[in-house]
Amino acid sequence: MKMIIAIIRPERLEAVEESLREVLDEGDNFRLTTDTVEGHGRQSGEVEYFRGQTLRPRRVEKLRLTVCVNDAYVEKTIAAIVKGARTQPNGAVGDGKIFVVPMEEAVRIRTGERGGQAI
Amino acid sequence: MSADVTPTLDSGSTAWMLASSAMVLLMVPGLALFYGGMVRRKNVLTTMMMSFVAMAVIGVQWTLIGYALAFGTSHGGLVGWDSSLVALNGIAPSRLYADKGVPELVFVMFQGKFAIITPALISGAVAERMKFKTYVAFIALWATLIYCPLAHWVWASDGWLFKLGVLDFAGGTVVHISAGISALVLALMIGPRRDVTRGLPILPNNLVLTLTGAGLLWFGWFGFNAGSAVAVETPVAGAAAGLAFANTQAAAAAAGLAWMLLERWHHGKLTSLGLASGIVAGLVAITPAAGHVKPWAALVMGSLASLVCYVAVQAKTRFGYDDSLDAFGVHGVGGILGALLTGVFCFTPVAGVLEGSFAQLGKQALGVGVAMLFAGLGTYLIAKVLDVTVGLRTGEQEERDGLDLHVHGERGYHLESAS
Repeated sequence: MKMIIAIIRPERLEAVEESLREVLDEGDNFRLTTDTVEGHGRQSGEVEYFRGQTLRPRRVEKLRLTVCVNDAYVEKTIAAIVKGARTQPNGAVGDGKIFVVPMEEAVRIRTGERGGQAI
Repeated sequence: MSADVTPTLDSGSTAWMLASSAMVLLMVPGLALFYGGMVRRKNVLTTMMMSFVAMAVIGVQWTLIGYALAFGTSHGGLVGWDSSLVALNGIAPSRLYADKGVPELVFVMFQGKFAIITPALISGAVAERMKFKTYVAFIALWATLIYCPLAHWVWASDGWLFKLGVLDFAGGTVVHISAGISALVLALMIGPRRDVTRGLPILPNNLVLTLTGAGLLWFGWFGFNAGSAVAVETPVAGAAAGLAFANTQAAAAAAGLAWMLLERWHHGKLTSLGLASGIVAGLVAITPAAGHVKPWAALVMGSLASLVCYVAVQAKTRFGYDDSLDAFGVHGVGGILGALLTGVFCFTPVAGVLEGSFAQLGKQALGVGVAMLFAGLGTYLIAKVLDVTVGLRTGEQEERDGLDLHVHGERGYHLESAS
């Protein structure tokens, strides 16, 4: 099992959800968690103005999504996120990152099931 | 109405003065929103409180002694005082103010709202770093030692600047220049915010509040300016009030438009804060002139106010002082410009430069100079005493964490938390 954490442009969420649905939805929807985060890599914030002063916030708003999958789905998931999140045609600074982390355990709270079944 | 006729209560004037008094008070929450939206999230409450607390503190001060000092029997044209006016004790509800046909208590309250909003304007210069308790002491002392005498000089019929013929229809000198110059002095004494020194971008937490506040300020300003006809005309709700109302609208609109165009030309964007700032700059500039100039002149004054104030607010970055929310850049500079231009464009009760008379411009310049010197020096002395005794500035940790938590034990926003 792997936990896949992706930092993407907020406006790309719909496209990412669409491409994830193609590979992960097997008739019972798919599992996705999102939150709004701030940070910076090479890209910094959008220029804003304050009474004629030009300001650039150091951090830029991003969307973080977390998807946990069984090993067989890892590459498909990564490809789907890249497909949905990359801006056309060849991508741009600020498109985001994907991190893949090994996952110890998953528990479905309703039934107490564990492991790949519960994911 | 001649002096030997007993004045009678005029219900139209009284109704208008009651309404304008309430409108001027509404400008204080308006100012709180205007300023509150521009600071960072961690200081939104303390910034709004700096305006709100003036309603409480100066509201008491004015009732107890403020009115007596500003509008009591004149002592040499320098200050008023009547022991019978302490706590307004000697004013019977039926007593009318001068020959205006308005109960004196209504006049007291109208003037009291001006005394409340003036020190609150100063808070914009020291936002996000001044000690709150020191601020409260400061505004109480400032209202008593600076505002009340200055209001007496300019507005009381025996005040020395009034007798010299300085025109200040609704408070360009008494309110905006005095608050603006005091704001600059205080900002210089207290020093820049830590993050300004470090060169970090400081972004507003909620410009929606700021726009709402600007709208309330504009609305309340009709009471501020048109209600000030009480000084020049009987009945109060008459021609001068109408003129002041029209000029208030014209100047604010022209100034808002001018700021927008200026900003579009300067960096290509029409900002909402720019429109709001322009509106306020125009309102400030027309304040001393509201009942003295024609509406076309109000359009010119409003546009010039935006031009000059826009340049002025850029100055703080150049000169390195931190007037956080441009209390000096808008109120001080706009007030000075408005007071001087009053001497250029006035047609009633005296002729200005445009009608060939330079005398009034000289008097206006004297009024500006006196107000700047008196308020600037007075603020320096009050702040010096407070600095030595209780300290002007919060500690570094408090400034870093935000004053909402440290001073008030509250946060302005819990929007993100689940519960």
